[in-house]
Amino acid sequence: MALPSYTETRYRIWHYIYLAICTFVFFFLIAPLFVIFPLSFNAEEFLVFSEGMKNLDPDAFSLRWYHDMVYGTKNPWGLAAKNSFIIAIFATIGSIILGTLAALGLSSRHMPYKGIIMATLISPMIVPLIISGVAIFFFMAKVGLAATHTGIVLAHIILGTPFVVITVTATLSGFDHSVTRAASSLGSNPVNTFMKITLPLILPGVISGGLFAFVTSFDEVVVVLFLAGLENTTIPVQMWTGLREQLSPTILAVATCLIILSTLILISAELLRRRSERLRGINR
Amino acid sequence: MSSETKQILTTDGIPLEVSLKKAERKNKIKAFLLVAPLLLFLIITYIFPIGEMFSRSIDDKMITNMLPKTFKEMETWDGKELPPEEVFAAFYADFKVLVEKQEQGKLGQRLNKEKNGFNSITKKLLRQIKRNKIDENQSIKEQIMKVHKRWRDVEYWQAIKRTAPPYTMAKYLKGMDMYYAADGSIAQVDEDRRIHRILWLRTLEIALFVTIFCFLMGYPIAHLLATLPMKYSNLLMICVLLPFWTSLLVRTASWMILLQQQGVVNDFFVMIGLVTDDNRPEMMYNKVGTYVAMTQILLPFMVLPLYSVMKTISPSLMRAGKSLGGTPFVAFWKVYFPLTIPGIGAGCLLVFILAIGYYITPALVGGASGTLISNQIAYHMKTTLDWSFASAMGLMLLTGVLAVYWVYNKLVGVDNIKLG
Repeated sequence: MALPSYTETRYRIWHYIYLAICTFVFFFLIAPLFVIFPLSFNAEEFLVFSEGMKNLDPDAFSLRWYHDMVYGTKNPWGLAAKNSFIIAIFATIGSIILGTLAALGLSSRHMPYKGIIMATLISPMIVPLIISGVAIFFFMAKVGLAATHTGIVLAHIILGTPFVVITVTATLSGFDHSVTRAASSLGSNPVNTFMKITLPLILPGVISGGLFAFVTSFDEVVVVLFLAGLENTTIPVQMWTGLREQLSPTILAVATCLIILSTLILISAELLRRRSERLRGINR
Repeated sequence: MSSETKQILTTDGIPLEVSLKKAERKNKIKAFLLVAPLLLFLIITYIFPIGEMFSRSIDDKMITNMLPKTFKEMETWDGKELPPEEVFAAFYADFKVLVEKQEQGKLGQRLNKEKNGFNSITKKLLRQIKRNKIDENQSIKEQIMKVHKRWRDVEYWQAIKRTAPPYTMAKYLKGMDMYYAADGSIAQVDEDRRIHRILWLRTLEIALFVTIFCFLMGYPIAHLLATLPMKYSNLLMICVLLPFWTSLLVRTASWMILLQQQGVVNDFFVMIGLVTDDNRPEMMYNKVGTYVAMTQILLPFMVLPLYSVMKTISPSLMRAGKSLGGTPFVAFWKVYFPLTIPGIGAGCLLVFILAIGYYITPALVGGASGTLISNQIAYHMKTTLDWSFASAMGLMLLTGVLAVYWVYNKLVGVDNIKLG
C-alpha cells in the first residue's frame, strides 16, 4: 500500500490517518482475546493484573486455576465439557445429514418454490435466539424432551442446519452436474454416484458447514438455558452462571482453552476454504 | 395450425410434450424429497411451535371454561347497570363447581388481573359458601351483594363480562404499555409506569447505534483487507475471523475484565492522565459497556459481507476516476462508494437483525440500563412464568425482525449470504 511519489501532502496525511484507524480497529477486534491469557495464570484470586504480574515476577503466575478447572471438587466443568462435546457432536452429525440432503435438493434446477423453502430453512439463523428458545422450549416440554440430551441435540440441529445448507449450497453452485450424468450414463446407481462422485467434490463445503454447526452448538447458551436441567449443563451454561455469580479466574482458564479450540477450528476452516476454492477452480 | 397436426411423438408413441412434463415432474419430486426431511423436521419442531406461541399469546380460554353459565346469561345483559338475578345465580352455580374442584383461587387471580380487588372478594364469597350462609331458595343476587360492597359495584361485573371471549389481545397491549379500560376502550398506562415502551425504544436505539458503529469501524478495515496484497490480507483476516469463531461468552468475559473499574482500560486511562486514579469512570453495567462489547462482537458480521463485495471491485476503476481529473475523495465518493452499497446493505441489515435480538451480552455487561427486550422476554419465561406475555412480546419482536429480513431478502437475497 505504498503511496505513489506524486501524492499531495494532504492525501498523504489522510492516508496515514486511515492506516491509524485500521490499526485501531484491528487492535479493538483482537486485543480483548489476549487479555484472558495472562490473567488465567494469575496466582491471586482477583481478575486484575497484580503488581507482581506487571513486574513479571514469576511468583505472581501459577497454574492453580487450571488445576482447579480439572480437579476442583466444586467445579462441574468436567461434566459440562463432556455434555458439550456429546451434544455438539450429535448435533453436528444431524445437521450435516439433514442440511446436505436439503442443499442437494435446493441446488437442483427442478426444485419448486425454491425461494420460500430456502427462506424457511434459513429462518432459525435469522429469528432472534430468544424467540427460537421460547418456541423450542414449548415444543420440547410438550413432547417430554425438556431437560434431556435428546431435546438439546434436536434444538441444536435446528440452529445448526442453516449453516450447512448455506455452505453446501455455495459449494454446489460451482458444481458441474455433467459429472454425475456421466457417472449415471456409465451405469452407476444414484447412491453410488453420490458417494463416489458428488460427496468427495462437495466435502469441503460439508465439513466447513459442519464446523459452523459444531461451533454453534458448542457455543449456544440461550436455548440451552431454557432446556437444560442440572444434568445437562454445558460449558457455556457454566460460564454464564459463573460470569453472573462468582467471577473466578477458573472461568478464564476455561476461556483460554476455548480460545485455543477456536483457533484450531479457524485454521481447519481456512484450510478447507482454500481446498474448496482449489477444487472448484479445477472443475470450472 | 393446431398443435395436434404437428405433434412430435417419442419412440413409445407418447407425445413429447407429455413425456417431458412427466420427466420434469419426476425430477421435481426427487428434488423435493431431498429437502423434505429437513423441511418437515423444521416445520414440526420449529415453525409450528412459533405458531403455537401466537395461540398461547392470545389464549384466554381458561376463564371462559371456568364460568360457562355466567357468560351465557351475560349475553343478554347490556352491561350498564347491575346484572339481573339470573346472572348472579349462574355465577353462583359456576363458582360452586369451581369450589368443588378447588379452582376458585385461579379464578380470583385471573379476575384480579382484569380488575384489582377480585382476589379478596372471591375469597370472602368462598368463606360464606363454606359456612353454608347462602340459602339457594332466596334471591342469590341479594345474598352475594351482601358479601362485600364490591359485588354491588357494576364495574366488577363489567370486568367479568370483558373476560368472556376466549381470545384476548390484552398481552399485546400490555407489551405496548396499554390496557383495556373499564368501558372496553384501549387506554395508556400512567406515564411513570411505561416500562415496555422504554425497553422497545432502547432496543431499537442500541441496535441502530451498534449498526452505525460497526459500519464506521468495519468499512475502513474491509477496504484495507480488500486492497492489500493477498499475503498481508490473509494474515489480517485472522484478526476478523478469530473473534468470529471464538465463543460469545469468552468475548463477553474479556470485556468484563477490560471494562471493570480496576480493569485494563481504566488503568490505561489513568496512565495517560485522562482520569485520576480515585475517579475511575464506570464503564460496565451501563450502556457504554453494552455498546463497546456488542460492537466488537458483531463487527465481523459487518466486515465479511463488505469484504466479499469490495473484493470484486477492480482497482482500475478508482484509477480511471482519478485519471479523469477526480481528486481521490471524489473518485472514492462517486465511483467506489456506490459500488459497495450492496455490501453495506447486507452488513448493516445482518448486524441490525442480530443486535435487536441480543440477550447474553447486554445481560452480563449492561446492568439495569442495558436491559433489552430479549432480557424482558427471558425474565417473563423464567421468573414470572407469564408465558403468554413472553410469547406476545417475542412475536412482536419477531414481526420487526421478519420485516427487516424481508427487506434483506429483497435487497440481497438469502442465498447470497456468505460465511467466512
